[in-house]
Amino acid sequence: MALIEIKNLHAEVGGKPILKGIDLSIESGEVHAIMGPNGSGKSTLSYVLAGREGYEVTEGSVTFDGADLLEMDADERAVAGIFLAFQYPVELPGVTGMTFLKEAVNARRKAAGEGEIDAMQFLKMVRAKAKALGVTDEMLKRAVNVGFSGGEKKRNEILQMSVLEPKLCVLDETDSGLDIDALKVVSEGVNALRSQGRSMLVITHYQRLLEHIRPDRIHVLAQGKIQKTGGPELAHELEASGYADFAEAAA
Amino acid sequence: MVATADTVRQVEDVTGKEYKYGFSTVLEMDMAPKGLNTDIIRFISAKKEEPEWLLEWRLKAYEQWLTMQDPDWAKVGYPPIDYQDLYYYAAPKNMDDGPKSLDEVDPELLRTYEKLGIPLKEQEILAGVVAVDAVFDSVSVATTYKKELHKHGIVFCSISEAVKDYPDLVRRYLGSVVPFADNYFACLNSAVFTDGSFVYIPKGVRCPMELSTYFRINAQNTGQFERTLIIAEEGSYVSYLEGCTAPQRDENQLHAAVVELVAMDDAEIKYSTVQDWYPGDENGKGGIYNFVTKRGVCRGKRSKISWTQVETGSAITWKYPSCILQGDDSVGEFYSVAITNNAQQADTGTKMIHIGKNTRSTIISKGISAGKADQTYRGLVRIGKRADGARNFTQCDSLLIGDKCGAHTVPYIESKNPTARLEHEATTSKISDDQMFYCQQRGLSAEDAVGLIVNGFCKEVMRELPMEFAVEAQKLIGISLEGSVG
Repeated sequence: MALIEIKNLHAEVGGKPILKGIDLSIESGEVHAIMGPNGSGKSTLSYVLAGREGYEVTEGSVTFDGADLLEMDADERAVAGIFLAFQYPVELPGVTGMTFLKEAVNARRKAAGEGEIDAMQFLKMVRAKAKALGVTDEMLKRAVNVGFSGGEKKRNEILQMSVLEPKLCVLDETDSGLDIDALKVVSEGVNALRSQGRSMLVITHYQRLLEHIRPDRIHVLAQGKIQKTGGPELAHELEASGYADFAEAAA
Repeated sequence: MVATADTVRQVEDVTGKEYKYGFSTVLEMDMAPKGLNTDIIRFISAKKEEPEWLLEWRLKAYEQWLTMQDPDWAKVGYPPIDYQDLYYYAAPKNMDDGPKSLDEVDPELLRTYEKLGIPLKEQEILAGVVAVDAVFDSVSVATTYKKELHKHGIVFCSISEAVKDYPDLVRRYLGSVVPFADNYFACLNSAVFTDGSFVYIPKGVRCPMELSTYFRINAQNTGQFERTLIIAEEGSYVSYLEGCTAPQRDENQLHAAVVELVAMDDAEIKYSTVQDWYPGDENGKGGIYNFVTKRGVCRGKRSKISWTQVETGSAITWKYPSCILQGDDSVGEFYSVAITNNAQQADTGTKMIHIGKNTRSTIISKGISAGKADQTYRGLVRIGKRADGARNFTQCDSLLIGDKCGAHTVPYIESKNPTARLEHEATTSKISDDQMFYCQQRGLSAEDAVGLIVNGFCKEVMRELPMEFAVEAQKLIGISLEGSVG
């Protein structure tokens, strides 16, 4: 059974239809990529899956891990195992990275009927994971994303992902704003999280990210619909021909 | 742990005794009739077996009060108070009037206690089901901590006891920081105050424990006109905690307290308050009017007074804890978090009066407004002619939740000395949808997300709170903002 199954998904923002019938299903352990031109609905898809307010589903269904995803609030979806790595991670003044992570972990434990996590044990675990991603202790003590560089913000997202151990990771333009070195660190972090029990949906405009994170399937999203699906080779085709064909095809 | 729970445990540890349940004494109802006049003041003074000078002081205050008007400059609104329709003496409170068991207590209040993790026994005290002394063995508690403090020569007792046992000290300092004619509410308090705390820290002594009003038996029922006086002699230190970290049932609508602090050379007083009295319901029905005058004087050189307050309760707050920096090189600090939700109103801030040379003051004020609440920061920084090298740093930040609340900042700055350096920073912000979604996407409920964001916003103030208070104060912030989003 697929971990997530999206059927004929239509969604609008502020009354404007953006997604116009998406069908997509991802098996457990698979990595799928969604590529597409600007304005094709890539980010909208990630927000709809994460349950952001203001993104209205008008038709279709999404089944996640056997449950009706669209019935759940954003925080319930997160606890159920959906993680969105933000294109533009948000600043939380005065809230340290460590506090934020602990709150997030405890929210999951609370939902599972467990007590709060042991502070020392947690500190150890986070430090080990942070080290692998080049996130320093100093960064964990700073307020979340405040004064972080683009690369620091993205590494921090991947750290959160690694600590929260989601079932489905949605990476929204994680490569944007990264130089080639930072891209490498982030990609390695993501690859380290690939596992049998974890699926990924990598959203990107460019092919370069997919050089580092090799997807099992690639979907081309344009005009609010998936126009084409293929293997990793599709990325190279797109690199050569661009998205123009799809824009025209849909129009 | 809840501050009070901690205290209970501390006491239990030292006494090695179980709490004593039930009453051992029958409380006698003892009330003066409604209204205010010289007879009532004489009655209060006689009940307390006060010396003649104190009665005279009260009567002078009353005479003055009659000539004064309610202040109308604060940005708060309430119907006129009928001062003849209040009781000015009712002690000790008769428990028979209160709820008989927790079943009779407002379930909303109980839900809050549960969220704060307050033990059942303590919930009963806070809700007014049992008296404090019904839970504590009052004698052993009193003697245990008093013995410890006595070893250091520290006096910590009710102001009524102090009037009897330390009349010279009380006479010398009472009204020396807040004269009875200072303002309308302080003047009323001077005429009719019924109880409060008295603290005296002798020269060179560092008080070995945080002094909390909770330690003082029956502190709960000191009534609406409290009077607190703290004196720190040369080179001494004391940290005083006022309040409880759980909302208390309280039937008095008007609270007009006065707090006076005196710090001599090299002395330091740290005064922390967590105030969470009943704020009234969503529509602004009920709730406490908290009209308080708090002032400290840094009389000695290099002395320091630090006010830290977390104000989440009361329907109306009118409060400006202040420092008079008289001694050279003295330091004043004010750290404040004020939260107003629903129909709450708060006009609060501080006054830093620089008189001595090289005096320094810091003001950090964090105001959070939600619902249709209205909040004002009102502060005065005054640099006197002789205050060479005086410095002040002020930071006033406001956070708005929703679009029906208000935040206002009214700083007054007066400098008569050209060498003074003053800085003022102010910001106003809102909790953004992006921040909410980011937190919720990580699994936090909307309520927890608001709590986290607001605690982050208040961080600079929260870290000034004694550990005993900090954790509960954090939870309290979340609870007081419940229902403000979503």
